[in-house]
Amino acid sequence: MKEILSGNEAFARGAYEAGCLVASAYPGTPSTEILENVINYKEINASWAPNEKVALEVAIGASFGGARALACMKHVGVNVAADPLFTASYTGVKGGLVLVAADDPEMHSSQDEQDSRNYARFAKVPMLEPADSQECLAFTRLAFELSEQFDTPVMLRSCTRISHGKSLVELGERVSGLPAPKLVKDAPKLVMLPGNARVRHPMVEERTVKLSEYGDSAAINRMELHSSEIGVICAGVTYQYVREALPDASVLKLGMVWPLPAKLIQEFASKVAQLFVVEELDPFIEDQVKAMGIACQGKELTTLCGELSPGRIQAAFDKAGIIKVAASEAIAIEPVPPRPPNMCPGCPHRGVFYQLNRANAYVTGDIGCYTLGFMPPLNAMDTCVCMGASISMASGMVRALPPEEQKRVVAVIGDSTFLHTGINSLMEMAWNKAPATVIILDNRITAMTGRQENPASGFTLSGDETSMVNIPELCRVLGIKHVRVVDPYDLDATRLAIEEEMNRPEPSVIITNRPCCLIKGADRFEKGKVLEVDQGKCTGCKACLRIGCPAIEWKPNPDGNKGKAFIDPQLCTGCTVCQQLCKFNAIGGRK
Amino acid sequence: MDTAITNILLVGVGGQGILLASEILSEAFMLAGFDVKKSEIHGMSQRGGSVVSHVRFGKEVFSPVVPEGQGDILFGFELLETYRYLSLLKPGATVVANDYKIAPPSVLLGQAVYPQALPEKIKATFPDFLLVDGQGLALRAGDVRAANTVMLGAVSKRLQIADAVWQQALEKMVPKKALEINLKAFAMGREL
Ligand SMILES: Cc1ncc(C[n+]2csc(CCOP(=O)(O)OP(=O)(O)O)c2C)c(N)n1
Ligand code: SF4
Ligand code: SF4
Repeated sequence: MKEILSGNEAFARGAYEAGCLVASAYPGTPSTEILENVINYKEINASWAPNEKVALEVAIGASFGGARALACMKHVGVNVAADPLFTASYTGVKGGLVLVAADDPEMHSSQDEQDSRNYARFAKVPMLEPADSQECLAFTRLAFELSEQFDTPVMLRSCTRISHGKSLVELGERVSGLPAPKLVKDAPKLVMLPGNARVRHPMVEERTVKLSEYGDSAAINRMELHSSEIGVICAGVTYQYVREALPDASVLKLGMVWPLPAKLIQEFASKVAQLFVVEELDPFIEDQVKAMGIACQGKELTTLCGELSPGRIQAAFDKAGIIKVAASEAIAIEPVPPRPPNMCPGCPHRGVFYQLNRANAYVTGDIGCYTLGFMPPLNAMDTCVCMGASISMASGMVRALPPEEQKRVVAVIGDSTFLHTGINSLMEMAWNKAPATVIILDNRITAMTGRQENPASGFTLSGDETSMVNIPELCRVLGIKHVRVVDPYDLDATRLAIEEEMNRPEPSVIITNRPCCLIKGADRFEKGKVLEVDQGKCTGCKACLRIGCPAIEWKPNPDGNKGKAFIDPQLCTGCTVCQQLCKFNAIGGRK
Repeated sequence: MDTAITNILLVGVGGQGILLASEILSEAFMLAGFDVKKSEIHGMSQRGGSVVSHVRFGKEVFSPVVPEGQGDILFGFELLETYRYLSLLKPGATVVANDYKIAPPSVLLGQAVYPQALPEKIKATFPDFLLVDGQGLALRAGDVRAANTVMLGAVSKRLQIADAVWQQALEKMVPKKALEINLKAFAMGREL
C-alpha cells in the first residue's frame, strides 16, 4: 500500500520496520518530527534526551546491550554529539546503531549550514543519503543492516527538503527474528583505552576500504546512463534537482556518500565526455573525485552557500556554456513590506526584552523563540552563537570589561537550552565568581521547535508524567547565591529584578515563571481576559507599540490627525503587558 | 498520461493552516493516481512569518520544490503574501486568493502601510485571477474556520480531478466532527 509520507515520517517507519527497539533525540529543525513519529510505534522505546550527546550515548548503550538503536539530531547537534560518535566508530556496535543528521542548507531555521558529510569522513563511519521519502525508509532499514554487517555506527544524512518534503512510499513489514538484547562482556571491543583502541583503529581503516568496495556494487549507488556527453555525480535531494534540470545527462546517483565507491566512479567517468559533481554546500564528493585523479567540475559552477534547485543548476550550467536555457520572462512586483517571524501575542518573553532594552543591558543571547528579541522594536539581544553559549560568554565577557561595563552584561537563555548545555556554563560562572546576570526564561517547554517536553516540563515524549527539574534549586546547588523568580507579565517586578541583579557585583540568576502561550492543556497555560483599547482614552502615544505584540495594530487616522491603537480580540491572550505600558488607562478588559 | 507536471504554490502567513490544505491537495493527487511531491519549511517561519508550500503532481515528479518561474497555480491565503510570491509563477498562471489581510509587523507598528489595490495589480499581470471571500463563504457554510476549505474548493475546479476523489481526500484529512461543514464549504468554493 502506498502512503504519502514526509522524510521524517519515513525515517521513523524505517526504524520501525528495521526492528529498532530504542530511539533517542534532542529536537532540532528539520529533524524533530522523526522521534515524534517514532512514538506511533509502541515497539520502540523512544524518548527525548536533554541534548544530542546524551541522545547518542543512550543509543550507543542500547546498541551495546544488543538492541537496534536510533539517534536523531539536526546538523549542529552532531557537534554536541561528536565526542561519543568518534569513539563509537572504534568500538563498533552490538545491535545496529544509526544516527540521523539533518542538515539545513539555506539556513531556513539554523545558525549555520555546516555539511554533515564531513563528520562521516572525520569519524570514519559510513553515511547514506536518501533522495526521497521512499529512500528514507529503505536506507534506514539498510543502515541498520550495514551497521551490524560492518560493525560500525551508520549515519543517515537528511536535509530540510528531504525531512520536510513529502512523497509516495510503499510500506513494508517489521523484521522479526533479531537476536534478543542481552549483556555480553567484551572489553577489548567496548573499553576504549589506548591498548584496546590501538587494536581497533586499524580495523576501522580496513572497514572503510571494505565499505568502499561494497559501494562499488551496491544497488544504492547506481548509474543512469543517458547522454555520453555530460555525466553528473550527485546524491540526495540534489539528484532530484539534477534529473529535472538536466534530463538528458547521465547520472551517477550515490546512495552512500562516505566512503565513496572508487571503482564505480572511475567506470562512470569513463563513459562520459565531461564529468560534473553537483552537490549542496561543500565540495565533498568533488574533492575526492579530483584526488582520485579524475577530471571533473563542481564548485566552479555551483555555489558553496545555500540550497541548490533545478533553476539554480540550469543557470549555472547555462552560464558555463554547457547547456542553453531559454530565458524566461521575469515577473516584476513592487517592493512590499517584509513579514519576518515574531513572538506570539502574549509571549512571556516579550516583557523581559522590553525591560532589558530599557535597562541598557548588553545581552548575550541564546537559541530559542526568545532569539526573536533581537528584532525591532525590542532590539534587546546582542549575541547568539550556539546553545548554552549565552551564560559562558557573559562569564567571559565580564572578565574583559571595566566594572561599569560589567554591570550591563546579562545572559538570556531558555529552559530547554539551559538544561541542554547551560548548566555547565552556570557552574563555571558560579565557580569562577563572574559577576554577570543570567535570566532563565522558563516557559516550561522547548517552544522554538514546536513545543517538545524537556526535563523541567514534567512530561516525557509520550506524555507520561515524570520528575521535573527544579530550576531555582539547581541554580543554587551549582553555587549561585542570588536566585530569584519573577513573573514576566509583571513589568515593574521584572524591571526591578533586572536592575537589582545587574547592579549586584556577584553572579546572579533571575528565572521567569510563565508558560508558553501555545502549550496545550488548561492546567499549564491559562488565557487571561482579552483586552481592548478604549478609543476615547487612547491619545495615540504609541507606548503600547513598543513591545511589538502582533495583536496590537496602529491605525493611522485618515484625516491626518493622530492615529490610535487597536487590539485584535482574536489574537489577544490577555497577558496585560501592554496595559501596564499605557499611561492613559486606555487599555482594559473587553466589555 | 503526458509527462507534464502541475506546480502549485500555497502561500500565506504561519498559523493559517496552509500545511493542512497542502496535505489535502497531495492526498487527492495521490488518490487520483499521480506521483506527488510536496515541500515546505517548518520552524522559524511558523511564528507569523511568511510561508510557502510547494505541491507538484504528474506522472513522475523529481524535485520537491517548484522551479523558479514555473508555478502553474498560486493559492493565496492572504493578499499581501499572494502578491509577494507572484514571481514564482509562469506567465499565464492561475491565481486564486482569499480576500483576507493580515498586517505585517511594520504595518502594525505604523511604520508602513498595507499595500493598496493588490487585487487590481494581481489581475493586471495574471488575468486568470479569482478573488474569494473565503471567510464570508465559510461563515455561510457554518464555520469561519472552514475558509481554507472554501479556497480548496475554488482551486479544485482548476484541476482535472473527479468529485469523488476530493470527497475521499477530505474524509481522510478532516476531523469527523468538522467534516460536514467542510464538505459544504468545499462545494461552495467549487461553484465559484
Ligand atoms: C545543538 C542544537 N540543537 C538543537 C537546536 C535547535 N533548537 C534551537 S532552539 C531550541 C530549543 C529552544 O527551547 P528553549 O530554550 O526552551 O526556548 P523557547 O523556544 O522555549 O523560548 C532548539 C531545540 C540547536 N539550534 N542547536
Ligand atoms: S511559541 Fe511560546 S515561547 Fe515561542 S513565541 Fe510563541 S508564546 Fe513565545
Ligand atoms: S494583553 Fe496586550 S500585549 Fe498581551 S496579548 Fe493582549 S494585546 Fe498583546
